[in-house]
Amino acid sequence: MIDIQNLNVVYGMGRLRVDAVKNVSFTVKQGEAYGLVGESGSGKSTVLRAICGLAPVSGGRVIVDGNQVTTPRSKEFYRTAQMVFQDPYASLHPRHTVDRTLAEPLAIHSVKDAETRILQALKEVGLGPSFRFRYPHQLSGGQRQRIAIARALILRPKVLLLDEPTSALDASVQAEILNLLDDLRRQMGLTYILVSHDLAVVAHLCERLLVMRHGEAVEETSSGALRTGKASNEYTQSLIQASQGFTRNSSPAAA
Amino acid sequence: MAGSPALSQPTGLRAWLLSAEPHSRWQARLGRAYLGWRSFTKNHLAVLGLGIVLLLLFVALFADFLAPYSPIAGGDLRTQRLLPPSETYWLGTDDQARDILSRIIYGSRITLFVVVLVSIIATPIGLLIGTVSGYLGGWVDTVLMRITDIFLAFPRLVLALAFVAALGPGIENAVIAIAITSWPPYARIARAETLMIRNSDFIAAVKLQGASTPRIIFGHVVPLCLSSVIVRVTLDMAGIILTAAGLGFLGLGAQPPSPEWGAMVATGRNYLIDQWWVAAMPGIAIFVVSLGFNLLGDGLRDVLDPKAAK
Amino acid sequence: MMKPLLEVEDLRVRFHLRTGTVEAVRGVSFQLGRERLGIVGESGSGKSQTGRAILGLTPPPGEVTAKHLAFDGIDLQTASKRTLRQLRGGRISMVMQDPKYSLNPVMTIGEQIIEAYQAHAKASKAEARDKALAMLEAVKMRDPGRVFSLYPHEVSGGMGQRAMIAMMLVTDPDMLIADEPTSALDVTVSMEVLRILDELVSERGMSLIFISHDLKLVSSFCDRVLVMYAGRVVEELEAKNLREAKHPYTQGLMRCLPTLANDVRPLPTLNRDPSWAL
Repeated sequence: MIDIQNLNVVYGMGRLRVDAVKNVSFTVKQGEAYGLVGESGSGKSTVLRAICGLAPVSGGRVIVDGNQVTTPRSKEFYRTAQMVFQDPYASLHPRHTVDRTLAEPLAIHSVKDAETRILQALKEVGLGPSFRFRYPHQLSGGQRQRIAIARALILRPKVLLLDEPTSALDASVQAEILNLLDDLRRQMGLTYILVSHDLAVVAHLCERLLVMRHGEAVEETSSGALRTGKASNEYTQSLIQASQGFTRNSSPAAA
Repeated sequence: MAGSPALSQPTGLRAWLLSAEPHSRWQARLGRAYLGWRSFTKNHLAVLGLGIVLLLLFVALFADFLAPYSPIAGGDLRTQRLLPPSETYWLGTDDQARDILSRIIYGSRITLFVVVLVSIIATPIGLLIGTVSGYLGGWVDTVLMRITDIFLAFPRLVLALAFVAALGPGIENAVIAIAITSWPPYARIARAETLMIRNSDFIAAVKLQGASTPRIIFGHVVPLCLSSVIVRVTLDMAGIILTAAGLGFLGLGAQPPSPEWGAMVATGRNYLIDQWWVAAMPGIAIFVVSLGFNLLGDGLRDVLDPKAAK
Repeated sequence: MMKPLLEVEDLRVRFHLRTGTVEAVRGVSFQLGRERLGIVGESGSGKSQTGRAILGLTPPPGEVTAKHLAFDGIDLQTASKRTLRQLRGGRISMVMQDPKYSLNPVMTIGEQIIEAYQAHAKASKAEARDKALAMLEAVKMRDPGRVFSLYPHEVSGGMGQRAMIAMMLVTDPDMLIADEPTSALDVTVSMEVLRILDELVSERGMSLIFISHDLKLVSSFCDRVLVMYAGRVVEELEAKNLREAKHPYTQGLMRCLPTLANDVRPLPTLNRDPSWAL
């Protein structure tokens, strides 16, 4: 479904040149959920942005659903892949009602029966029709993220790019959104690429994952291996350890 | 006024307007407007400003019914010239024996004409140039902003003078001259707002839905810039009215005998010591209307642009 | 038992807004000795407002009332502005979430630490400088001399937060309030910062109030935990007994996090009982 080979993302040039992503390759099969894990500055979000065209592809190739992506991306591409952003407070237009937000993609792609599609999309993300004419400031963080997911799904894409979809939410709301994403994937046969700094979240949602650091791929592993603590790489080990919480007399491996 | 019935009968309509679960597009929009109206009415001076502006609108609309005399044809030049305010001539008469009240009433039309024309010319130009340049960036931004800088460098009154000198005196030419010198600040404001909005996630989201650039600019960026530009335009209105009056005063705006307030002040200055009302009455009218726009602008800023109010 | 350092009884924080009065903290009571106390809750639970109210840092429209609010026997409600100023930054310090916003961008880190020190201790410039360098070393800066002359934007988030801790601890406070000190940082960096904080707190025998949304983190770091919900403390327990939490909210918070250890699917979610908020 998605095939990334030797992806490079470079910003600026000369002295200001920043290699945000260096030679990253991975493939994701249809219906699979793939995680990108790393700390800030690891380039994990940049990979996601390069796939959908928000960051430049400076080298390598990106194949989505059998087609190499073009710059600028075609309308068909946007019907294939959609993105959910980290901060639900920033990703919804503050002056648009839920209705307008959901109607916009339908209008852009001239989809008919917007009415039923909007109601259906609200239902899919577990919100009733009463939410349809609310403004973002009338919604909680979790409800906003549900709207953002509904907006991403309303064009019936095959791929969902998730950029830290739960890190701005409270723990209990995170659980609801993770369950929702899990259900939607099974019902619609979606392919996910999930970016997160939280190993537990990635292990929960994804089968396979790529650990990244300083723009480079560190190792590709599976969530099963993470759960049993079988990471070959030292950096991955330190991430696993840090995610277990604070330990008082532990070895200074994390430093 | 739209909101007042809702204030007097709080339960039914108000509950409907403030509903957290609107049932239609219209209810959501009206509810939002009602909340804006409520915070606007908290500012009593702003309500006064709105009152003045509405009064101007009303007077201009119904000048034919309100004015007791003709604004152009004077009375008997021997007996009715330069009369002080009295019961027959509430605000007195001028040197042509014309009723000053009637002239001010008809003059409101010219003032309104200037205000409306300048805002419908300058606001869209400013918004368009500002948002396009801010959103596209790069060389488009550079070119558009340098053009803006050039226009910003013209002194408004001097350009208006030059314009009128070239095209001949008249209120239309004065308006055009004012309009082309007043859009650059709006473009700057719109650009600054756009630069903030451009990189936000909700713009990235609509980009990823495949929206075209014009669609993003007009559907998503402009509505967010609009409020701060409207506030600025309203606050600038006072200055525009004064400039128009200034041109009239210099004899370059509206031409006699049309009852333009600035020109009226100009004729009155010959009689300033003995017949003060000839100059003072139109002067007060200019003052009140300018003040009204300023107060309204302040109130609108509190409602539309809470950031700037702090 | 020793007299508690901080006594809080029936603390309330109200915000009078146009739409009505919102009570962010509704009657919180606790005592703090020489220990590490964690305050845990989700956004809007009032945990941060509790910390701010103790320091007198409630933002303007807010109003703080309490039956009793005393630090080391000094009544914080009746104390003069001068006394409060001396306590704040001197004997009580606070570390905020994001070092980017709490450090002055136009002063070097060294100058800021010196300023914090000189505001509360009579010391010559040279003494203060030595103290600041020692403090930077204490927070494990690799090259204290270099960091001393850097501006906040020139250091990473982890270093900034360590500089912040250095600044807050330079006056040897008796009590430190840390409001989400590591949530803006990467996991590995935040473990490092916590380890430094932990060492300093135990070396100097400080009391610590650690405010966080992360129950797992707080319980592994603190001795005692207060769980807040809707402006109230719903449960208070020893950190080591967290597994025996009684309140359904605490239990729910613990269970709803995905863990590497066991794969639960679907994740249990929290059914908020309106009676918890009563």
